[in-house]
Amino acid sequence: MQATTHLRHTDAGSALDVEAVRRDFPILKKKVRGKPLVYLDNAATTQKPQQMLDALTRFYVDTCANIHRGLHQLSEHATREYEEAREKVRRFLNAPEAREIIFVRGATEAVNLVAHSWGRGTLQPGDEVLITGMEHHANIVPWQVLCQEKGAKLRVAPISDAGELLLEEFEKRLGPRTRLVAVAHVSNALGTVNPVRRIVEMAHRQKTPVFVDGAQAAPHTRIDVQALDCDFYAFSGHKLYGPTGVGVLYGKAGLLERMPPYQCGGDMIRSVTFEETIFNTIPYKFEAGTPNIAGAIGLGAAIDYVEGIGLERIAAHEHDLLAYATRRLAEIPGLRIIGTAPEKAAVISFVLDGIHAHDIGTILDREGIAVRAGHHCAQPVMARFGVPATTRASFAFYNTRQEVDALVAGIHKVQEVFR
Amino acid sequence: MSELDSLYQEVILDHSKRPRNLRKLEGANCQACGYNPLCGDKVQVYLTVRDGRVVDASFEGAGCAISTASASIMTETVKGKTVAEAEALFDGFHDLVTGKAHPGRVDLGKLEVFSGVCDYPTRVKCATLVWHTLRSALEGDRGEVTTE
Repeated sequence: MQATTHLRHTDAGSALDVEAVRRDFPILKKKVRGKPLVYLDNAATTQKPQQMLDALTRFYVDTCANIHRGLHQLSEHATREYEEAREKVRRFLNAPEAREIIFVRGATEAVNLVAHSWGRGTLQPGDEVLITGMEHHANIVPWQVLCQEKGAKLRVAPISDAGELLLEEFEKRLGPRTRLVAVAHVSNALGTVNPVRRIVEMAHRQKTPVFVDGAQAAPHTRIDVQALDCDFYAFSGHKLYGPTGVGVLYGKAGLLERMPPYQCGGDMIRSVTFEETIFNTIPYKFEAGTPNIAGAIGLGAAIDYVEGIGLERIAAHEHDLLAYATRRLAEIPGLRIIGTAPEKAAVISFVLDGIHAHDIGTILDREGIAVRAGHHCAQPVMARFGVPATTRASFAFYNTRQEVDALVAGIHKVQEVFR
Repeated sequence: MSELDSLYQEVILDHSKRPRNLRKLEGANCQACGYNPLCGDKVQVYLTVRDGRVVDASFEGAGCAISTASASIMTETVKGKTVAEAEALFDGFHDLVTGKAHPGRVDLGKLEVFSGVCDYPTRVKCATLVWHTLRSALEGDRGEVTTE
């Protein structure tokens, strides 16, 4: 299997060559229901470049062995590649140390890890966890369950009609009992980019650590956990052009070292007797059992791919698509965009007068256009805006203005059916 | 006729835009609430059942075109049927929308317009939610029925 390689622009100022990058994604050649695939469900998962797929195959063909165990050469190679992937993630997040990078199944597992390990050891009755009104269920439910268990209180900072966090309301809820702030960097349902740096400043003034759900941010913008100064940062590999089943939790070493293990098993121990177990150091303390080795290596390859294009160039292209799509959709009579914050990632949620999101999704699918229709695992956001569901188009750097045009034509077709 | 037309047939579009029996039924002696967690759709079914026969039926709730039309046509269809006939209709309807139809076993009448649903597996629950809710109402279950 040969990687398809395309010349990359190397100067960061030049525009993205979309046709060239599209050739790296085999699935984009696919036809769906006889029509060219228009994939606009990137906030759910992104498609995979051949370079990443090749890395997965290479691992299974050339390097397959367990890590941190065998003395044989294959195991050494597998271990090296796995740890190289950790280093790639460290650079990607600009984390100070590779040991602060923990491989998990995805952002959801990262939230659960922190809720269990940090939360159970820290929260006392009467304490509070503060989240925002735009969180994904994965950044609500683990904290809700934790608070119920501990007799603590889950507090929610409201959002505006545009879908922006009301910072002054957030600050009001940040009290002496707030033990943790958990916030999305980018809202999956609205696209809003939260001012994480300011949120962290406010929280740190009273020594409250901040967990950032970066699942929707990592694919769209350069992340710098040192500049953000957040205490935890999580993202999923599959939303960053990597494989499913792998993700990352970054945590400040000082915090991670004080936290007990989340799961127990092999690799996370230093020594075991029937009387006592001494746990391994971080990050291994949090990586019980054989991890998703191929997945981590694939994620490393996806990061290489994204860095090869350049996050600044990706952000510029996606911003152009967002502006174009917002303008084109706003022209459609009866269409209302939900989430109109000035700072947005390339996600557009919308509703159509008198037409349910599921009917829109089905008819667009007939046109080969893949969007998400539903509550986007953010039912409180739907309730906030008084809609049962929205249709969401979410863009990646391989999307084009022509695909936005196809979406607009598809929506006209929906309106024709329901005329 | 394209596949899309076979899903969104005129009759379905008509019932989704102008649903029949969309109201709370005063004096109903059976009711149940249905919920589809996939899309957040909720539907309330009201029945007046006398001597083993559905005398009147209505529903409340807002959903997609398929679920609204299904509720509208179902309430029309079950009126005047015995409880056993209504149950048999659900079985026949379920087979129809899941592509397991046994022609002629149950006379589905107007419900046949939903035959296109079987090409859209993700939409089967939209069509059947209200029927699950009907069954729950007939069986006098308390609580909420879901499609999951």
